Amino acid sequence: MTQPKVLILRTAGTNCDAETDTAFQFAGAETALVHIQNLISGKVNLSDYHILAIPGGFSYGDDISAGILLAVEMKHKLTDALNRFVGDGKLVIGICNGFQVLVRTGLLPGVSTSANGTSQMTQRATLAMNTSAKFECRWVDLETQESPCVFTKNIKPSVYLPVAHAEGRFTAPADVLAELEANNQVVFRYAESEYPKNPNGSDADIAGICDTTGRIFGLMPHPERFLTKWNHPRWTRFSQAQDTVTEEGDGLAIFKNAVNYVKANL
Amino acid sequence: MSSTVNEINILNADDAELMRISRDGTLSLNLNEMKAIQTHFGTLGRNPTDVEIETIAQTWSEHCVHKTFKSIIRYSEEGKEPEQIDGLFPSYIQRATEEIAKPWCVSVFSDNAGIIEFDETFNLVFKVETHNHPSAIEPYGGAGTGIGGVIRDSLGTGLGAKPILNTDVFCFGIPDMSYSELPKGTLHPKRVFKGVVAGVRDYGNRMGIPTANGAILFDPRYTANPLVFCGNVGLIPRNRCEKSVESGDLVVAIGGQTGRDGIHGATFSSAELDDTSEGLGSVVQIGNPIMEKKIVDALLQARDRNLYRSITDCGAGGFSSAVGEMGAHIGAEVHLERVSLKYEGLAPWEIWLSEAQERMVIAVPPENLSELITICEAEFVEATVLGTFTDTHRLQVFYEGAIVADLEMEFLHNGLPKPVKAAVWQPPKHPEMPSRDEGIGVGNASYTDDLKRLLASPNIASKESVIRQYDHGVQGGVVINPLVGVANDGPSDACVVTPVLGSRKGVIIANGINPKYSDVDPYLSAASAIDEALRNIVAVGGTLEKTALLDNFCWGNPDKPDRLGELVRAAKACYDIATAYGTPFISGKDSLYNEYRDTTTGEQRAIPSTLLISAICVIPDIRNAVTMDVKAPDNLIYVVGNTYTELGGSHYFGIHGFIGNSAPVVRPDEAKLTMERFSSAIKSGLVRSCHDCSEGGIGVAAAEMAFAGGYGMTLNLDNIPTGDETDADDYLLFSESNSRFIVEIEPEHRDAYENHMSGVPIGYLGTVTAAPEFVITGKSGHPIIETAIDVLKSAWQTPLHS
Repeated sequence: MTQPKVLILRTAGTNCDAETDTAFQFAGAETALVHIQNLISGKVNLSDYHILAIPGGFSYGDDISAGILLAVEMKHKLTDALNRFVGDGKLVIGICNGFQVLVRTGLLPGVSTSANGTSQMTQRATLAMNTSAKFECRWVDLETQESPCVFTKNIKPSVYLPVAHAEGRFTAPADVLAELEANNQVVFRYAESEYPKNPNGSDADIAGICDTTGRIFGLMPHPERFLTKWNHPRWTRFSQAQDTVTEEGDGLAIFKNAVNYVKANL
Repeated sequence: MSSTVNEINILNADDAELMRISRDGTLSLNLNEMKAIQTHFGTLGRNPTDVEIETIAQTWSEHCVHKTFKSIIRYSEEGKEPEQIDGLFPSYIQRATEEIAKPWCVSVFSDNAGIIEFDETFNLVFKVETHNHPSAIEPYGGAGTGIGGVIRDSLGTGLGAKPILNTDVFCFGIPDMSYSELPKGTLHPKRVFKGVVAGVRDYGNRMGIPTANGAILFDPRYTANPLVFCGNVGLIPRNRCEKSVESGDLVVAIGGQTGRDGIHGATFSSAELDDTSEGLGSVVQIGNPIMEKKIVDALLQARDRNLYRSITDCGAGGFSSAVGEMGAHIGAEVHLERVSLKYEGLAPWEIWLSEAQERMVIAVPPENLSELITICEAEFVEATVLGTFTDTHRLQVFYEGAIVADLEMEFLHNGLPKPVKAAVWQPPKHPEMPSRDEGIGVGNASYTDDLKRLLASPNIASKESVIRQYDHGVQGGVVINPLVGVANDGPSDACVVTPVLGSRKGVIIANGINPKYSDVDPYLSAASAIDEALRNIVAVGGTLEKTALLDNFCWGNPDKPDRLGELVRAAKACYDIATAYGTPFISGKDSLYNEYRDTTTGEQRAIPSTLLISAICVIPDIRNAVTMDVKAPDNLIYVVGNTYTELGGSHYFGIHGFIGNSAPVVRPDEAKLTMERFSSAIKSGLVRSCHDCSEGGIGVAAAEMAFAGGYGMTLNLDNIPTGDETDADDYLLFSESNSRFIVEIEPEHRDAYENHMSGVPIGYLGTVTAAPEFVITGKSGHPIIETAIDVLKSAWQTPLHS
């Protein structure tokens, strides 16, 4: 069985890399924190890994807009490596800033194929400024949707995770939204539409999406911040009965699913 | 000598000329200090260069050397023999720590932050700084670089700690003050408030450091002089806590480029502000958190590979202070033309003094240089060799081959004349507010409106709109959030984090601050601040045994004997209370001269004397932590600790326009046992929730617990233990006596809890109710508070909502 290897991508301003690393280690993977320069220079080969994780943070200060500079860098300097990685059936997860990056590269909602058969990385959706017009840190209820996403296979129908962002309002043209719904690409929705339950005003309450294969996944909430029960903001309120249920946080299942998928399929 | 360097003619200057030189150059040196410089250069037979005199001014600034805390003070107090104090810092702060002698204190007062033990692998560093003067002029930049600076303090401690938590405490003017009352040349408190919060938010969030603790206070006297306290906790391997510098090591600057920003920050912050200070834009630094994040990323790798021997941050005084301090015991030689500049045109003294942000200086053995540069290049961080540490015991600065400063380290660091200052303390007399209670048996008063007004007063009201703008969950280790309760919106007493993911060992961070009591007696204000910080630690599950303190004094002009008298009172309290509780100080800082002068009217305003006490506690298992929200109906509510008639400086008196004269006293002889027993009750799992009883007293604390938990309460005042003859309902409800907690116990634990607390004053107040009504019966048997928890919650949440 393959020992799953995860490449956690770093660059200037990445800041959720350490806990994302911990999450994959808790899930049983071998991990490496790799600066994008080492991929561009060829010092590290993306193809040596099974999972690419783009963690949260403020890559390059989110200058211009969230995630765009890292997205441009990946699109233009890692084109072949990324295409091969995805083509090999490997997994990609982008969390918060990483989701913003995936959307701006076009890897999410998915690479479109042009008339002449070549695939194109084109941005088709965006993560805009929250309707509250400010950075917000709060826990949200998510509803797991029917989707091909391998990261959320068999996980609970409702999941509780924190968000912490200023630019998290998922929005796209009507045809793209319709396509997402038709293909079941919406992975998580905020449980209710009103602010602050939908913390950013996302279209159709979208909190996370995958590509049509289910192997590329992006979400605004932070599963790596809920690995154990004691990360839950109300764990002190759990009664004795609830106390014995599980010490595992809702977020860990996402990382475990990825690791198990690699073990079974790659 | 280079043409860009000027000689400062002090050899032949008379007193008036010396003071003109000091004033015109923003040197903030007094006549004695200028004369000491004159004498020193007299023996050398030459004038100093501008680089030299600027270096001395930075090194000798109040900001860098804390001369008030080291000065000799002649102190007199009404009805007492005058006494001479040989330094407030050695006499009261440092002495307390030495006497307490905790074995887990690794490094105190010597490095950029204090260090305490954490676990087998790591220690913790903790430092709180202020950035008051810059934030008054440019709130966003001032506050952002405040947090940026204190993060570099952690990074500059030992061989560098990883920043893991931020804490921020702000003091502002009243947000809705009318513009016509605004002092000339100052910014409106609302503007300062918004700018400071945004500055801290943008810097802390971008650095990926959780901001999980803090406080915001309001008082009209902070209008011209807002206070911005920024703190950072860092995690450092146990074998990376010591530093040394050896002759031959390279002086290497890491990080941002140098520009004309922040010049004279150290000396500027050592002077009063006036209505012309707003024009001093260049003294405020410009922050770039992503640059600082890159430096952290690069330096922690270099640290783990042992590539440098010492590190410090470039803060106040820029390179002049950083290199001067690192080389103090051996000597250093620096070549300013090598400094990487943002733009051309800086004079040598400007390069040397610039407080441009995101710069660190490290001492690198030459054989490690290439490996260091490889790491820095991989993280896109500039590393520049500026010179060498030497064995000359001189600080020698060159520019394009010419020597522009040549100072003896001995004179630079020990030449400052020790000042002698006078201090007096005269207790004020304020009108006393009578109780509004009509007496036992006949009382018919209602305090529902008072409770609502207290909850809505800006110091007590919810700070959620601010807290949510800070990322308090990044790094994944926060286990007790700043907001707790059934709707995640109740006010937590402290935050708890697990810095090592997967470990159950935790750190608690809390703070205490009570400037209103300073209007009665700064001694009581300081004592109460310590007590409050410790209560907050204990309330979430910490212990006195493993708690260390930080002191941050923000005061008015200490050259005025009455202001200095207040400082003496506060410092004495620090010694008395810290030693009584056995909680050592590990680091601290002072920011003096927080005064505003209207140059037209000559009117002078000082801030209330403000001491922030920050506390850090290590707990073995975070699963024992508790929060302040009530958990279930039918549980029992107790008060722990004695209530006294101590409403001087209280919020209750405040909303009725009184100050009063009897501020809360700290009585460690009874309170230490209370806290210890109570910590043990929490550890034994007997406590379901607990809230620190402070601003607004029992009434406010119980109300906050109820609405945070989403349940009602039915309480009465009959069993409140009192240390004096207090029996007026309003005094019992709203007195702010120290060392008290409100506690929720499950009925089946009643006996165990009461046995556990034997010997400690506790009182049964009533029960948690499923019905969302908050009802308190007074001593007369008549309900004195009767309302719904939603009404109270809304009163508390509305004022600072946006």
